[in-house]
Amino acid sequence: MKRLASKELIDKLRTILAHHGRERVELIPILQEVQQEFGYLPREAMLEIANFLEVPSSSVYGTATFYNEFRLTPIGRHPVRVCLGTACHMRGGKRVLEAFEREVGIRVGEITGDGEVSLDRVACVGCCVMAPVVVIGEDIHPRMTPFKVEEVLVELKQKDGSQQSPSPEGVSGSLST
Amino acid sequence: MNFAEIYHQAISQWEALQQKTRILVGAATCGRAAGALDVVRAFESELAKRGSDALVIPVGCMGLCYAEPLVVIMKPGEFSVCYGKVTTEAVRRLVDGYVLGDDPCLEIALGTFEIGEEGAPFIPELPRFERELRLIMRRCGHINPEDINHYIATGGYKGLVKALGMSSDDIIAEVNVSGLRGRGGAGFPTGRKWELCYQALGRPKYVICNADEGDPGAFADRALLESDPHSVVEGMIIAAHAISASLGYIYVRSEYPLAVKHCKIALEQAEALGLLGKDILGSGLSFRIEIAQGAGAFVCGESSALMYAIEGRRGMPRVRPPHSIESGLWQKPTLLNNVKTLASVPLIIDRGAQWYATIGTAGSKGTALFALAGKVAYTGLVEVPMGTTLRQLVDDVGGGVSGGKQFKAVQIGGPSGGCLPESLLDTPVDFDSLREAGSMMGSGGMIVLDEDNCMVDAAHYFLDFIQKESCGKCTMCRLGTKHLLEILSDITSGKGNIEDLDLLFELSEGIREGSLCGLGKTATNPVLTTLRYFRSEYEAHILERRCPALVCKELIAYLILPEKCDKGCEHCMLVCPAEAIYRDEKRIKVIDQTKCTKCGSCEEVCPPEYNAVVKVSPPSSAKR
Repeated sequence: MKRLASKELIDKLRTILAHHGRERVELIPILQEVQQEFGYLPREAMLEIANFLEVPSSSVYGTATFYNEFRLTPIGRHPVRVCLGTACHMRGGKRVLEAFEREVGIRVGEITGDGEVSLDRVACVGCCVMAPVVVIGEDIHPRMTPFKVEEVLVELKQKDGSQQSPSPEGVSGSLST
Repeated sequence: MNFAEIYHQAISQWEALQQKTRILVGAATCGRAAGALDVVRAFESELAKRGSDALVIPVGCMGLCYAEPLVVIMKPGEFSVCYGKVTTEAVRRLVDGYVLGDDPCLEIALGTFEIGEEGAPFIPELPRFERELRLIMRRCGHINPEDINHYIATGGYKGLVKALGMSSDDIIAEVNVSGLRGRGGAGFPTGRKWELCYQALGRPKYVICNADEGDPGAFADRALLESDPHSVVEGMIIAAHAISASLGYIYVRSEYPLAVKHCKIALEQAEALGLLGKDILGSGLSFRIEIAQGAGAFVCGESSALMYAIEGRRGMPRVRPPHSIESGLWQKPTLLNNVKTLASVPLIIDRGAQWYATIGTAGSKGTALFALAGKVAYTGLVEVPMGTTLRQLVDDVGGGVSGGKQFKAVQIGGPSGGCLPESLLDTPVDFDSLREAGSMMGSGGMIVLDEDNCMVDAAHYFLDFIQKESCGKCTMCRLGTKHLLEILSDITSGKGNIEDLDLLFELSEGIREGSLCGLGKTATNPVLTTLRYFRSEYEAHILERRCPALVCKELIAYLILPEKCDKGCEHCMLVCPAEAIYRDEKRIKVIDQTKCTKCGSCEEVCPPEYNAVVKVSPPSSAKR
């Protein structure tokens, strides 16, 4: 997967830090914004944040790893989050997750080699009446079944096709089933 | 502007609105998941095409989530009609039929809000609404949550205005008399909490709204913040006035982006009107509210952990006392209340504590808000007076178990709650009755389970969640829940011993005693209640290596019934990811059990007219 060039990363980070104070209370909001920007928390960014807030880097790392929201590895261009809340579990959410693992060819917590799809589980998105649900990017897919997984993946691929030309490296195999 | 002017402005805008045809679309998260935004866009484009001046207003959650996307068409002088499961195709018909014409399209309507038309159900008379009493939900689905004038025109901020004219003692007395108990789950008397915080020494003081709602299966707080954010903001300002706080936080999960957005808008609008900020309505009270987004940790529903999270630290609970009312955020006195508690406050102040105290039971006043989900026909958000029985909730409001299946249990209160069987369905829902039954109110998640749900699997599910969410501070919680989970994993995979059941009890007792916070203390409730009420299921798993509900993967097998299988159809063969299905000499499909990964795809695609794929347990009974 593509790692951000350090200079680009630091520039973007500086922009984020510019509108934050230097108190500890800012740590989680900063981490959230950084994750929003990069999709994950790059190591260099965490070190820079520790510098900025004047707290030990272990403390930044310790806070980042404590909360489920933060991830230390890049996220896919299509981040798939399968909800496994109670209602989703009772209505077969786990089988939906397994179907994603099978169809995309990665395990939960992983990302495809081309960076297209990452797969995660979430505890509950509060959309229990539509269970089981899957959140891809900002779209909620209600009443999922393992069978619908293929459909959803094809849809993603079509969306990509209509939005942009194929990537120069020609890697788009991850979405094929 | 003084409040009279603010109110006048809001009411004239509201009245002008009533003169127009309005199309309300339920656009909370569940509505959006069902396609509400497409419906909004479809209405807008159809209306534009026809040059109509009818208004499309996205509103919050109407509670009937099973019928999303929901649309209500209101015309001046005509009755209002509610439509469910509205598709973009139906939009054109509704525009031509009722928005522009006179045909209310009753054949596709859920019902009407006023009596007047033969044949269409009168919504307030549906069994569900006979039971419901919407107090804190009364505006949800009726107003635009992004417009403060809608809130004010429907009586909003009146409670605040009244409270600003009262002393702290009077407000606290009023909350005390109302009998309001904390809706976060534990049910601590709200007035008492306010009183203690008011008396606490130390400045400044803080007010926190706990909108963490980490319970899987609960979404009432989300729906309330998305649909009527000002009611919570108003409750917080009243609380701030009562205890003399100058800064407040809404701690809301970042998994709820729409709730965050609506809170932000509400705060900006309240500030612009002088209802929030410096010298509120000229009363001398200055109070600011900030939004702190949770970063996903169940334990942060615990007050001390939540406060550490706001401070930017790891959210780990600490030993109490000192309680947070004396030493909370940055060691200052802090009042922390749940979304539903705060939303109840303006109503209590406005209509009076005596009135509020007439609703509910002797020990639990007011209403209970439940997120009803799982295997019932009508899932959604429900508000009933305390004391309504579980049976009334499941049968009358929820419409009973869906799909003709048999009721098995109702799971209340998330991982801290428990599973109650049919014999306890007449239990009234209030703080004390539920606790006696071994469950708890929790944050109001209620999930109905039917015969297809395995109770051991349910216990395993909650323990898995709890074990992942334990902050790790207490050994009994960190390792005890892990050990419990391992035992349950053994049982669900057919490797359990009957002695394990005693060990589960013993460990549960230890975890309860050896844990600091509510997460550990209640972690064992799902295990204990399922053991208490569904012991036979545990025994079937252990003694017969059989899962009666056909859920636990290791204990089931898929089988194709030869007499039902159609020779020409090959759906199952095409879909099987393991290529485990082959044809025998009579062209009947057979599953090779050594290859089968039990993904269930074959069962899912087998056409209903054949229904040839079945699950059996124990797997040895799949031999043919």
